[in-house]
Amino acid sequence: MIGTHYVYWLLFALMMIGLYVVISHGNLLKKLIGLTLFQVGVFLFFISIGKVDGGSAPIVSDDVETYSHPLPQVLILTAIVVGVATLAVGLGLAVRIFETYGTVEEEDVLERDTTP
Amino acid sequence: MTVFTLINISLLAILVATALTVSRLRALYEAAMLSALFSLVTACLFVLLDAVDVAFTEAAVGVGISTVLLLGGLALTRSREAVTPRRRRLPGAAVAILAGGTLVYASQDLPAFGSADSPVQRHPLTDTYLHQSQEDIGIPNTVTSVLASYRGLDTLGELLVVFTAGVAVLALLGPLAHPVDARRRDDLDLVDYRVLRVISAMLMPFILLFALYVLFHGDFGPGGGFQAGVIFAAGFVLYGLVFGLDKAQQVVPRVVLWALIPFGLLLYLGVGVVNMLLGGSFLDYDTLSSDPAAGQHLGILLVESAIGITVAAVMTTVFFSFANRRATR
Amino acid sequence: MTAHLPALQVLVPLGCAPLCLLLRRFRTVTWLVFLLAALSSLACAVLLATRVDDGPLHYEMGGWPAPYGIEFVVAGFNTPVLLVVSVVAVVAAVYARRSVGDEVDDRRAPLVYTCLCLTLTGLLGLTVTGDVFNAFVFLEISSLSTYALIAMGRRRRALLASFRYLVIGTVGATFVLIGIGFAYAVTGTLNMADLADRLTDLDGNRALYAAVVFVFVGLAVKMAVFPLHAWLPAAYGEAPSAVSTFLAAASTKVAIYVFCRFAFTVFGAGLVFTTMPVGEVGLLLAALAMLVGSAAACFQRDLKYLLAWSSVAQIGYIVAGISLATAAGVSAGYLHVINHAVIKGALFGAAGLLVLRLGSARLDDLAGLGRRMPWTFAAIVVTGLGLVGVPPTAGFASKWALVSALLDAGAWPVLVAVLASSLLALVYVGRIVEAAWFRDPPADLPADQPRAPVSMVAAVWALVLLSVYFGIDASLPGGLADAAAAALLGTGGA
Repeated sequence: MIGTHYVYWLLFALMMIGLYVVISHGNLLKKLIGLTLFQVGVFLFFISIGKVDGGSAPIVSDDVETYSHPLPQVLILTAIVVGVATLAVGLGLAVRIFETYGTVEEEDVLERDTTP
Repeated sequence: MTVFTLINISLLAILVATALTVSRLRALYEAAMLSALFSLVTACLFVLLDAVDVAFTEAAVGVGISTVLLLGGLALTRSREAVTPRRRRLPGAAVAILAGGTLVYASQDLPAFGSADSPVQRHPLTDTYLHQSQEDIGIPNTVTSVLASYRGLDTLGELLVVFTAGVAVLALLGPLAHPVDARRRDDLDLVDYRVLRVISAMLMPFILLFALYVLFHGDFGPGGGFQAGVIFAAGFVLYGLVFGLDKAQQVVPRVVLWALIPFGLLLYLGVGVVNMLLGGSFLDYDTLSSDPAAGQHLGILLVESAIGITVAAVMTTVFFSFANRRATR
Repeated sequence: MTAHLPALQVLVPLGCAPLCLLLRRFRTVTWLVFLLAALSSLACAVLLATRVDDGPLHYEMGGWPAPYGIEFVVAGFNTPVLLVVSVVAVVAAVYARRSVGDEVDDRRAPLVYTCLCLTLTGLLGLTVTGDVFNAFVFLEISSLSTYALIAMGRRRRALLASFRYLVIGTVGATFVLIGIGFAYAVTGTLNMADLADRLTDLDGNRALYAAVVFVFVGLAVKMAVFPLHAWLPAAYGEAPSAVSTFLAAASTKVAIYVFCRFAFTVFGAGLVFTTMPVGEVGLLLAALAMLVGSAAACFQRDLKYLLAWSSVAQIGYIVAGISLATAAGVSAGYLHVINHAVIKGALFGAAGLLVLRLGSARLDDLAGLGRRMPWTFAAIVVTGLGLVGVPPTAGFASKWALVSALLDAGAWPVLVAVLASSLLALVYVGRIVEAAWFRDPPADLPADQPRAPVSMVAAVWALVLLSVYFGIDASLPGGLADAAAAALLGTGGA
């Protein structure tokens, strides 16, 4: 079990560190960093599903017998792009929030809204 | 324990350690740089897991664009995080433990890592993508053929996501969000460093040439439209950082950039519509030529170029939007 | 050309998005482009709805047969959703011209229309796709454009509302992605029908259970099911009025459809509702959503927030029906999807008229306006009675269907929650009526205010009349809902 599944468990730990940062930290930029960590964990999980022992990159050539699966790689290429797109929008929002409220801490923003 | 396992475990251990450090660091510039390191190690791990295209993208996006954007965002806001109060820690920890527990419980029935006999490898998709594709499409890099042809719609969707991000950032930070243009203040004085200036000027043509190589070589090796677009954008970003934003915006005027963003998307869509007019399905490149394989080659080339155009334009626009924000404040 | 209809359904709005950006200098033209996108989508949806009686339509993208390529599937279970989204989009487009012109500055208005096209594309794509990963991509398209739209609200709170939705929405989407990963790892495929086939041999596979859990938790965020609804009130309350009209009516409904699609035609009712307690959990959360949502709505001071909290409760009704997993229950859920979309669209539209006139939609500001704005408040009352479920409104028809489905299944506690929530709905609708008619208008109210634009009033009243029609003659939505339930429960793979 350990010999065959250790990769998954380490990746799950990675995801959960990211998820914890997203939920618990109040700084908006830190939340976005946490989101990136969480997503990268998921990306690695997908890629590890497609890996074959002794395989090589799925670029066909005559002297290679076993290839790792190309499909998870395609999916994750898409997902990485989606991730950076989300990051860009989130950062844009965070910048605007700082400009209007003067802070990027979630609790301070809420406080400034209730006591204008 | 083989060398592969050893490297694998050590890379994963570095990743977990970096992630923990990032989560604890309250100095956000440091956290941003460490997350760039995190992406770099991730890219190495992707190479180890045979995902060279993904590694390329992660290196370009995670280490390059994401970090530049994060630093840009930090420059416009505050770079020190407040202390997380104790009461906030509990919900996060609870969710993480619950979700993590579910994942570990479920992983017992996952196929062994690296198994050649897993459902994923046994499914007929594997044979189609790895072998049949050589006859249907004739491109050695199967990632490219799956990306641009078999799952071309996903890639169109991905491009649409990039487009959306560009529109969103323009709406939030772009000149459109500011009816009155404030006075510019040029605080980027990197141009005073002669070495930097000369070397970047020398590097520029090579960066752009490399981007083109990546774009057109995607059929045979790692690379493709997305990576090429990011490299193009990185070239402009470098230029803007060293020579100042005004100069960079003279080289690529805003009007051109804004025309290129929708142009790439419309080109992609146009290829699909032409396929429909020629009697095939949407994105059925076979119709582009009397020889299906030649049609596929042409279609994939057009589509990859379309991706490169929109991605480069969006990434450059997003960077300029962040950078201009600082210049006008 | 008719063979391409499933593709055109999504592709025309998709192409309109870059066109809007290109033509951004001509604000009216960008509006026309969005209207065109909405109208073409409606035309496709109507044509498709008339064609699915003979069986599901499949469209192979790129000419690659499923599961090697991506396919679009149109069948009885998604034509009602296509129709709802398209109709609401057309109404929102008619409404948006003056509303966006008033609430968003001129230079950003074209970007609003661009994002509306993108949201429409995402929602339609999510509805027709037959591939789980493609669904994730469309989900992200609709989500990202929604974040941008919410952030364009007038008040500064819109920014935080959008950011919070972005964070929780992305976590939700990533959960869906994890679930898809597990399902893929144990089957090797991403095509919905192929997945359903291969899952049948996997009894008791724990990875599969995790796939179900993660996909559904992720979707619950997008559906705004209690307790993952926290993003919704601020998001709908702060978005520009035309945007909240569109989103409140369409966006959660599509997420609910995706839930149904996964539950019944991918994972299968046996796994989801018999082996796993999704039905019981769904009923519990639905009952809580009804109580919490309606109770919170009673305490709101802003009409848009009040309506948003009421949406949380109404989503509870829909989830309750679907969680029963019986033909009657699912049909009631679909019926309420249709009716609630029409009702809530009209209500948010009316709230937008008030924003246009008064600059806000706070209940205190509505004092004594009933006589000055009779058409707007008549619209609010007629559709508000639908929220309560008074016969013969559309709300009554779907609530009656839900109650009888719950009775059949013997789900008494949920029935009690439905009744309690209806009483609370009476309270919050009553508060609006009280403010508008039984309070004295402030003395300094200027006598001659500009009249509400005809296009906006017409758009709102189109939905109001539709809801009245659905209340009197429920055969059209009822027929669609029954066909959807039959398609979901009967065929399995489709």
